[in-house]
Amino acid sequence: MRKSEASTRRRFLRLAGSAAAIGVVPVVSLRPATATPDTMAAAIRNVVGTAAVKPGKVKLDIPPLVENGNTVPMTVSVASPMTSDDFVKSIHVFNEKNPQPNIGNFYLGPQVGRAQISTRIRLADSQKIIAIARLADDSLWSVSADVVVTLAACTEEVM
Amino acid sequence: MASALINVPKKAKRGEIIEIKTLMSHIMETGFRHTASGQLVPRDIITSFTCRYNGVEVFRADLFPAIAANPFITFFTVAKESGKFDFEWIGDNGFADAASATITVE
Repeated sequence: MRKSEASTRRRFLRLAGSAAAIGVVPVVSLRPATATPDTMAAAIRNVVGTAAVKPGKVKLDIPPLVENGNTVPMTVSVASPMTSDDFVKSIHVFNEKNPQPNIGNFYLGPQVGRAQISTRIRLADSQKIIAIARLADDSLWSVSADVVVTLAACTEEVM
Repeated sequence: MASALINVPKKAKRGEIIEIKTLMSHIMETGFRHTASGQLVPRDIITSFTCRYNGVEVFRADLFPAIAANPFITFFTVAKESGKFDFEWIGDNGFADAASATITVE
């Protein structure tokens, strides 16, 4: 009894899933090619190589809800003493759903004293942002943040 | 063309960590937008920003279309000696602009 229940639920979910896929595909194809979680993963691999990325040390300050995706303030900071042998080499920021997965690469060093950068970014959709820091010993640390965007950037029409 | 805004403290103590704020006026056209007639607007962005402190690079950034128009970048550095900060922006279509600021370290 339990078994058949599970299988009908599974079948239902499969049907619902394919229906959703059919419903979604035309919408997606109307838009320009967008970055997906896969292309974001590929972009991250391009920058960091095959090394393991561990969560922690990095802090990403970004509003969780933004009205205008055209300019979203963002601050990335890394817990690091920034001494000559323990410092942050670089900070890389990625997104999931903009037309392109990269946001920016920032190259630091012990001379900056504090591993913190701020800028303003564009977000084309509600999505996840990932910041990755490379330390002096080449270890990689990351953090992610979810942002809800009400007015998308990047792809609107030009008047 | 004075299109850059730079904020560097005029004076600092030796070894102090100072914040540097920079803003360059630039459209940062993403290359993903279309006109009403459906034509793609070509990409026109700043791709690289560099800051040198007395000739030595202290901070560099690669920028992408996901950086908002008029790129605003802030970062920190340790005030080591009196001298000059040189800022340089390089972008598409031969865009290049520079600015500088001086600092007195006591």
